[in-house]
Amino acid sequence: MTAPTIGVLALQGDFEAHAAVLRRLGADPREVRTPTDLDGLDGLVIPGGESTTITLGIEREGLAEPLRALASAGTPVLGTCAGLIVLDRDHLGVLDVTTRRNAFGRQLASFEADLAIDALGGAPLHAVFIRAPWVEDRGAEVEVLAEVDGHPVAIRQGNVVAVAFHPELAEDDRLHEWLLDRAAARSASTARAEIRRVA
Amino acid sequence: MGDNGRSTGTFRVKAGLAEMLKGGVIMDVVTPEHARIAEDSGAAAVMALERVPSDIRADGGVARMSDPTMIEGIKEAVTIPVMAKARIGHFVEAQVLEALEVDYVDESEVLTPADEANHIDKWRFKVPFVCGATNLGEALRRIAEGAAMIRTKGEAGTGNVVEAVRHMRAIQGEIRRLGSLDESELATAAKELQAPLDLVRDVAERGRLPVVNFSAGGLATPADAALMMQLGAEGVFVGSGIFKSETPAVRAAAIVEATTHFDDPERVARASRGLGAAMAGLEIGALEAPGGGGLMQHRGW
Repeated sequence: MTAPTIGVLALQGDFEAHAAVLRRLGADPREVRTPTDLDGLDGLVIPGGESTTITLGIEREGLAEPLRALASAGTPVLGTCAGLIVLDRDHLGVLDVTTRRNAFGRQLASFEADLAIDALGGAPLHAVFIRAPWVEDRGAEVEVLAEVDGHPVAIRQGNVVAVAFHPELAEDDRLHEWLLDRAAARSASTARAEIRRVA
Repeated sequence: MGDNGRSTGTFRVKAGLAEMLKGGVIMDVVTPEHARIAEDSGAAAVMALERVPSDIRADGGVARMSDPTMIEGIKEAVTIPVMAKARIGHFVEAQVLEALEVDYVDESEVLTPADEANHIDKWRFKVPFVCGATNLGEALRRIAEGAAMIRTKGEAGTGNVVEAVRHMRAIQGEIRRLGSLDESELATAAKELQAPLDLVRDVAERGRLPVVNFSAGGLATPADAALMMQLGAEGVFVGSGIFKSETPAVRAAAIVEATTHFDDPERVARASRGLGAAMAGLEIGALEAPGGGGLMQHRGW
């Protein structure tokens, strides 16, 4: 089986850290800067960075519609920190949530903590929060995976997982593994559908 | 979860913010209005200061940390990270900036040094520091003192990219050279670099600095930004180059675009069109001549 191709939005931010994790897990990461870079992806990561910079980049490159189409087609998506903000109702509108930027405060309030995430099973996940957002309001379809101070910081809605922290900066790869598992399951089912169509 | 088990001010969160700035442009701003223009143009962060380096150069005299009121005004104007400069070795200016809750302190040669022997002990702070460097040894000494981000110094306020190129090539070349050495040769290399052996080993093994490295000092055009990115910078600082040009907002957005698409000449060409005049710029040789004001890059060691 060939390695899944996972796009990493590379307009600005820590896209190289995500690419390094994906490579370590056997995937083939591809930096995404223009709509054509999205062709044939098995999954997508929207990294941390500055959400205003990334949002302006998405507008400049005409990436908003293609990104929405990719997510609504069922492609698995992982968003971290700025990625969570970019996916929310006020930006791409992929997730039925509103977020609060810099919700924990400025850089001096940035922190590390162990986070219990039942959906991942096993030990708590070591989470790095940098000028992090949280989820302020959410629709019924949004499942909360973890909270800090009563505010959701990890959520799932269908094929999209978004977190307020940076799994790419810690040594715990379970969220990226989730993305790759989803990508593999989806390409297997696409292959089955293709076989049925040909038959 | 309560505050139990939550750690702030760790090296990981300090260096982590620099990771988030990667691929971005950090712009010098002197007013809240400038800061908003920078943010709307796609800046990943702003550097709040009273005078841009070219004015510091022209005015002469002692250059110090900015007025807290001015820094507060810029913090209120934007949502992106706000950095501010302290003089080399002036740990009280750094304490003041930490009390003002800026997101990064730049211990900067653009200001007049306060201590000619010692840089700030940056481990004592929760706020992260970025420091300038002209070569690998200098970068590693700053990291050993607790810097969580490095920028090559270049020559600020000149609009002349030649020194930025020299410093980036020096650092990248020395990193490549370390990679070619035998394990038993690294101690001598550390001695020559005047840098701690453990950091020298780490660089030799990984082929890169342990923290993010941006380029700074003299960048004025989209092509300058793309040049520094192709030479290995992970992002760029642009000081006088934006607000001393004819069309700051347009030039700022163009430099952001060229930094993202640094490897695509057609995109850099597109970003370079119709920007009006760049800042005038200065020859390095003229600064070195008697009465020329001298070079900022030689401040610090």
